[in-house]
Amino acid sequence: MKETVNITINGKAYEVDAGQTIMQAADACGYHIPRLCYHPDLSIEGACRVCIVEVEGQRNYVASCAYPVNEGMVIATNSAAIRRARRDIVELLVDNHPQDCHTCERDGNCELQTLAFAMGIRKRHFEGERKKFEQDLSSPSVVRDPEKCILCGRCVRMCKEIQGINALGYANRGFNTVVVPAYNMPFGESVCSHCGQCINVCPTAAFTEHNYTQEVFEKLNDPDFVKVVHIAPAVRAAIGESFGLEPGQDMEQETVAALRRLGFDFVFDTQFAADLTIMEEGSEFLERLQGKGKLPMITSCCPGWINTMEKFHPDFIDNVSTCKSPMSMMSSVIKTYFAKKNNMDPAQLFVVSVMPCTAKKCEAARPEHTIDGRPSTDLVITTRELAWMIKSAGIDFVNLQGEAFDKPLGMSSGAAPIFGVTGGVMEAAVRTAYELYTGETLTDIELEAIRGFEGIKETSLDIDGTTINVAVAHGLGNTARLLDILRKEPNRYHFVEIMACPGGCVGGGGQPYPMVNSIPLDEECLQKRAEVLYGIDRGNTIRRSHENPEIQRLYKEFLGRPLSEISHELLHTEYGQKKPQGIVSGKLTQ
Amino acid sequence: MDTTYAITLCEGTSCMQQGMRHLSAVLDEQLEKHGLKDRVKINISGCLGMCHKGPIMVVNPGYTLYGGLKEADVVQIVEEHLIKGRPIARLVIEEDHLFNRFFRIFGDVNFFGKQMRIALRNCGIIDPENIDNYLALRGYEALAKALTDMTPQGVIDELKTSGLRGRGGAGFPTGLKWQFTADQDNDEKYVICNADEGDPGAFMDRSAIEGDPHTVLEGMIIGGYAIGATQGIIYIRAEYPLAIERLEKAIDQAREHGLLGDNILDTDFCFDLEIRLGAGAFVCGEETALIQSIEGGRGMPRPRPPYPSVSGLFGKPTLINNVETWANIPVVIVDGGEWFSSIGTEKSKGTKVFALAGKVVNTGLIEVPMGTTLREIIYDIGGGIPNGKSFKAIQTGGPSGGCLPAEYLDTPVDYESLAEAGSIMGSGGMIVIDEDSCMVDIAKFFLEFTQSESCGKCTPCREGTKRMFEILTRITEGKGCEGDIEKLERLGDMIQKSSLCGLGQSAPNPVLSTIKNFREEYEEHIRDHICRAKVCTSLIAYKVNDACVGCGACKRACPVHAISGRTKQKHTIDQTQCVRCGICFTTCKFNAIDKI
Repeated sequence: MKETVNITINGKAYEVDAGQTIMQAADACGYHIPRLCYHPDLSIEGACRVCIVEVEGQRNYVASCAYPVNEGMVIATNSAAIRRARRDIVELLVDNHPQDCHTCERDGNCELQTLAFAMGIRKRHFEGERKKFEQDLSSPSVVRDPEKCILCGRCVRMCKEIQGINALGYANRGFNTVVVPAYNMPFGESVCSHCGQCINVCPTAAFTEHNYTQEVFEKLNDPDFVKVVHIAPAVRAAIGESFGLEPGQDMEQETVAALRRLGFDFVFDTQFAADLTIMEEGSEFLERLQGKGKLPMITSCCPGWINTMEKFHPDFIDNVSTCKSPMSMMSSVIKTYFAKKNNMDPAQLFVVSVMPCTAKKCEAARPEHTIDGRPSTDLVITTRELAWMIKSAGIDFVNLQGEAFDKPLGMSSGAAPIFGVTGGVMEAAVRTAYELYTGETLTDIELEAIRGFEGIKETSLDIDGTTINVAVAHGLGNTARLLDILRKEPNRYHFVEIMACPGGCVGGGGQPYPMVNSIPLDEECLQKRAEVLYGIDRGNTIRRSHENPEIQRLYKEFLGRPLSEISHELLHTEYGQKKPQGIVSGKLTQ
Repeated sequence: MDTTYAITLCEGTSCMQQGMRHLSAVLDEQLEKHGLKDRVKINISGCLGMCHKGPIMVVNPGYTLYGGLKEADVVQIVEEHLIKGRPIARLVIEEDHLFNRFFRIFGDVNFFGKQMRIALRNCGIIDPENIDNYLALRGYEALAKALTDMTPQGVIDELKTSGLRGRGGAGFPTGLKWQFTADQDNDEKYVICNADEGDPGAFMDRSAIEGDPHTVLEGMIIGGYAIGATQGIIYIRAEYPLAIERLEKAIDQAREHGLLGDNILDTDFCFDLEIRLGAGAFVCGEETALIQSIEGGRGMPRPRPPYPSVSGLFGKPTLINNVETWANIPVVIVDGGEWFSSIGTEKSKGTKVFALAGKVVNTGLIEVPMGTTLREIIYDIGGGIPNGKSFKAIQTGGPSGGCLPAEYLDTPVDYESLAEAGSIMGSGGMIVIDEDSCMVDIAKFFLEFTQSESCGKCTPCREGTKRMFEILTRITEGKGCEGDIEKLERLGDMIQKSSLCGLGQSAPNPVLSTIKNFREEYEEHIRDHICRAKVCTSLIAYKVNDACVGCGACKRACPVHAISGRTKQKHTIDQTQCVRCGICFTTCKFNAIDKI
């Protein structure tokens, strides 16, 4: 096949690589053809018809996202006829859409708004009936609003092709077409893992996180409570984007300052509990290495993974670490150790966590994560929700003077921030496990082999003569593939890290929406967020969890040692098989 | 007892050139002379396909096939054959085309005498549940010939020579499609029969399968041989239980006879068939949606390229053809591509099955050579418009077709001519419309269907047809606005050009063609609030006239009690209550109610 072909775009001649679509060729030549359902990581649908172009010799318009370039092809992307057709197509979408931009989550950052503006729709020609669907509030994590759906199908494809969960699909025909969970059951009862990737790829507000900002504002104004907040690593790496900053800015100190201005009494760092998790999980791993427990051990900090495991991979329940996630460990420590130390009644502590994650909202509601019958984490809000709260309160975020976390739960080692990237938990665990096992310090602590966005990564380590094989998977589709490998070769790995979101928490379901000229889950953007976290690690003098003096103090004053009885009570949990509704499968009915 | 005869004269172009008109006049003269006119019926048929032996005459009963006739021969036929009952051997030709059997039996029936049954050659004359019937009529001879005497490429070449084009509606050259699929280098290939037949009221494919399932099977096996596939699937709509049953029986019988399965007819070729059922979606007749459906997914079309011949079922090269296309294959192989190409027009070869329906005397399934005009079909075969009504339009191509008025009656039925006229061939629906139908209402009716069957994937079809339907509804309710027709044209044009699949691309056809050919009706609805056909209920009124005798029948029949009046006195209809159901109109025995 020829390497290049000669084509004409809008009257100008170009030589482009062969074997690509018109859209890809046009992008390379500097023509951005408007698009909606197309996403480079997802299969080509050709559904929205926004990207249509004229090709000489073709009677009809073709979808540039799907049509391959050929030698001599003459393409018009912006002719009068195409402009009019495209404009009409976008108007048709707007005509069947709620007209409530002013009060919508995505006002100002909505792909439909951007497109409609670019099309120059001034007068509506085709208005008529508008579809009516109920909002689905059944899930603690993700809210569905089918009236705002423009049926681009990105959510269906994301959930099917990348996550492998297949929680969403099309139903009905014609005007009544809608994207629903199977059997149109409440989303909260479906096979959904709560990972929130549907929110990330949705061009409108058809999917949003279940919003608790009103509740948080109420509590912030309630003098009967002591308001405590802690924030996850990935939040500080991305929150700047919500304020127009380029991806890749570490806004940790500004966020701490903003949280204090919002009215929180204590601002702690979930990264502290990440170190704690490493202590517990590292010790647990060593125990299992010595035969007291099932191998491979699989991490448990990701609630999207836990949800999926309980529904679809219950055969791995005994492999999963009993450790709670850093978020839940943190909230437990706040309502026990911190409360006691400061003579506070835990019932008066209101703990909010800020997470890049929507599944955490589900985790916070688990009955196992309670202290004295009350939830350890009272409310979870996402990075997006916090950004909105800051804007709503009129805080000038980007110009804030930075502040430091409160003590004692604000200090973390460099191993903690990397929890937010795929491979980071494994790296952090290895740094500590190595030393606990051998008594020596691991010098090469940046494990390149498990960094990066390859779907499944593996490496081997020599820990004092023993070879330890570890694997890392991110995205639930890759997770399923890795688990299938494990089912066939149970002894292949000793330790496995799993994150439900592509890229790890930096790409979580609660992270800021993409900038106006970017795409959801843009790999470059995820890479820059990851670099922030790696940068925090490198900038820290203490880079191993067990060297964190506040962690050492916590054990000395309160927990005793890892895996002690108190540790087990507060920092460990258990799992149970959850039969997903409506699924009939021989494998699952055990 | 004197036998009555039916004589069919072939008036195909070739026979005409060889003097059929003169012979016809001679025949007439002779019959008159011998007083046989009331005992002999004369049928004129289209090309019977034996042009080199023309002029052709068929005498039934007995199916005697005469060819190469001169004037003296005609005289002799009348004297010897018709009067004395003795066929003339020297004039009989032994051409034995596959389709002759049907003619032999039904050639004297006016309706059939003018047709040429190739795809439907066995329908009505065999027991479809008995493979022996099919075998007795040279069934599976084409398969044997292909497997033993022809190479796969040879089969494809024969198909290319024939000029056969896909009968599902798109009319893509079948030989070319087979070539593309055969050229793909892959061990796993599939052959699919599209028996979804979604057009409402269409029953061409159903009849073909119910009447002669083996011709479809044979065609598919030959197709598998030609492209290198070992697995075939018949995707048939679930609403055809009898056809499904007959297919299952036929497949079983074919297997028993070694015509399906391993080493067919003792060759190396292995091929088997299975049936997959549809689930009530018109869009699953579209080839890529059909493939999705077989794969277990929701029937939503995919962008092409890649075409199924390159990447189809499960991503493998797939040959997918319509039932009628498959039914033609055995005839092409046995009777030859060259013979087949002698039937029809320059670019559309062979015959086409049509389901003739609507306001026409003879409704039913017909199969005519391509090139037969609409006028011939409606008037010669169809018997014209019943009840003395006048012809208004003919819709060809099902709900995605266009409506053609009287000035198009001489359009020959072939792919290009119909497209040029603003309609499509489609899969063969042909609906005759008379003066009592409202063209706006008809367009609305078809658009309602396509909008409800739209799979919902692409914006123009899903949203656009809904908006067109809303505008049409307003127009039929008397709420049309200035500019509505232009909006319909603008939307229609965009939907045709931008939709992902054929459903959307052709959904606006009924609307656009009725606007083009019957614009005044639209304008009357909008500007004058008049429905000239008196169909749109919001635009008509029922009024009692002076013929009313006050019997009260209408008053009693009215479901909303809108009629009042005393016995033996003229009744009145309250226009504010009347819902225009028309029950009073049909109830009145005195023509005392006017529909205005």
